[in-house]
Amino acid sequence: MTAPSLEIRELTKSFGRFTAVDGLSLKVEGNKCVGFLGPNGAGKTTTLKVLTDMIFPTRGECFLNGRSVQQDRKRALDAAGVLIESPEIYPSLTPFQALEMVADLRGVDAAERRVRIPEALSEVKMAEWADKKVGKFSKGMKQRINIAAALVSDPEILVLDEPATGLDPRGMVEVRDIVRGLKRRNRLILMSSHILPEVTDVCDEVALINRGKLLFYDTLDNITARFSHGMVSVDVSFAGPVSDADLSGRVQPIANIAGVERLDPRRLRLSLKGGLPEQSQVLRALAGLDLGLVGFQESKSALEEVYLSQIERGD
Amino acid sequence: MAGATADATARAPERSEPRTSPGSTTQVLRLARYQLRDYLFSRRFILMLAIVAVLGAILTAVIGYFRPASLIGSSDLFYGGVWAGGVTIVIVFAGVIFGGDAIAGEFQNKTGYFLMGLPVRRTTVYAGKYLAALAASLVAVLAFAVIVVGNDAYYFGGGAFSLAFFESFVLAIVYLLALLGATFLFSSLFKTSTYAVLVVAILFIFGFSLLEDLVAGLAKVEPWFILSYASPVIGYPFDATIPAHVVMTHVGRVSGMGPTITTYNPTYPEGIVIMLGYFLFTAILGLLIFQREEFS
Repeated sequence: MTAPSLEIRELTKSFGRFTAVDGLSLKVEGNKCVGFLGPNGAGKTTTLKVLTDMIFPTRGECFLNGRSVQQDRKRALDAAGVLIESPEIYPSLTPFQALEMVADLRGVDAAERRVRIPEALSEVKMAEWADKKVGKFSKGMKQRINIAAALVSDPEILVLDEPATGLDPRGMVEVRDIVRGLKRRNRLILMSSHILPEVTDVCDEVALINRGKLLFYDTLDNITARFSHGMVSVDVSFAGPVSDADLSGRVQPIANIAGVERLDPRRLRLSLKGGLPEQSQVLRALAGLDLGLVGFQESKSALEEVYLSQIERGD
Repeated sequence: MAGATADATARAPERSEPRTSPGSTTQVLRLARYQLRDYLFSRRFILMLAIVAVLGAILTAVIGYFRPASLIGSSDLFYGGVWAGGVTIVIVFAGVIFGGDAIAGEFQNKTGYFLMGLPVRRTTVYAGKYLAALAASLVAVLAFAVIVVGNDAYYFGGGAFSLAFFESFVLAIVYLLALLGATFLFSSLFKTSTYAVLVVAILFIFGFSLLEDLVAGLAKVEPWFILSYASPVIGYPFDATIPAHVVMTHVGRVSGMGPTITTYNPTYPEGIVIMLGYFLFTAILGLLIFQREEFS
């Protein structure tokens, strides 16, 4: 099989006078997970809806594995498992029946269905509920079935719109595990999310949009290098208060510390130059000051810093 | 149940070729099958059967108690009155219950997002849902037919499966096709189930009959453009003589003087053309509207 691909070409989507997506282009190819990020109202879901033909573009076109979604939705969506807007499932169906319907319509034969449906239900930890009617399920349980529905035909491409919505913390971790598993099975995943640690954890690349425009699309490593300018922010905490004299006379002069901000009497936020070796040196130096160092951790992830700085700039 | 017995630990084999979904006709039939299953296990289906049971019980009780000669005078009179009159009511309720929110509900309940992420054409979704509603409605019509045939057997000792009954049954199905087409069209105009059901119910239970009377009585125009106008043809197979197309009744005391009431009756071919025309027109228009609907 050739590498899976998806392309959004010059996409504009307007609702009356409001332009939700403005000339957005994005081409993703290969087996990877791409985080699709942006604040509320940035146009993420609108873009994904056009990509899956739930709404129509004002201008532009989308392609899944080279097939135009707008020209031939059936053949284009053959390649993709889709989860948009936490759909509801017919309440009188059981999870097994709902997945059977999906698999049947996707052309999964009966023998394969008998394997894939229990497999998909197990993957989302819903196997024991396979025969219960969906109508009584919680939002989180329905979302698990929706994820299973996107997986059941083992598609090459997955378009997931905030898949962790409605899930409890354990469910969120499980979604990450599922996405990691899909990456191992060589799938292309486009996943919108608000949860930056989730994106950092599972995605290889990130596309950030704001106000319907693509701000950047690159690998996580490149983005961190490009936007952080070699600086990292670290929160340190001590057993007791740190005096102003110690702060200015002993902490600030440590090599590779570019700035110090007091968060409270016991906690400081340091801006550090360099990478991990420099962080290690700073940690050793702080410990050597005998100020009662008890904590040392990055205050925000690199992606979080980039996200906030870029969105603020856009606003 | 397969879900409980299949081996969940078995891993599905990796595919070497991209998967392609089946043809649209196959998908329509498959979707209809699942939709029908959803209907048959839903409360609305129980409601529909309850309506048929109540209607059948009332007709059985009234006829049994009063024994009107106009109905039990002959098997044809019985079918012309009880079957032809009752089945149109069953069809209207079936249309409202199964078709009223068929499309609107996909938007309001967000079940549409589940279907529209699949590799299916919009026409497939529309046609599949239509077929399922048709099949569920047919079950209700058949249930009513059983009640009527049972009564016929009691009063006339059988003879239920006459050619006339078969002909009338086919006409009832054509009427059902048209009425469901119209309810699907109205349903596709709305994104809220309640509005859709309400509008369909008002139109088909009261609205069209009222409009028909106004058009014919006041404007003196044949209401060929109203679907309910065609429904009397369902009873024609049992009539020895088909009613005159136009009937003018003088209501003044002196012959030839005073106001005249004009009543229109569809001719046999006209009734069939109206029903088929309604089916085609509403199906095409409904499909076109659904093709342009956005799941926004």
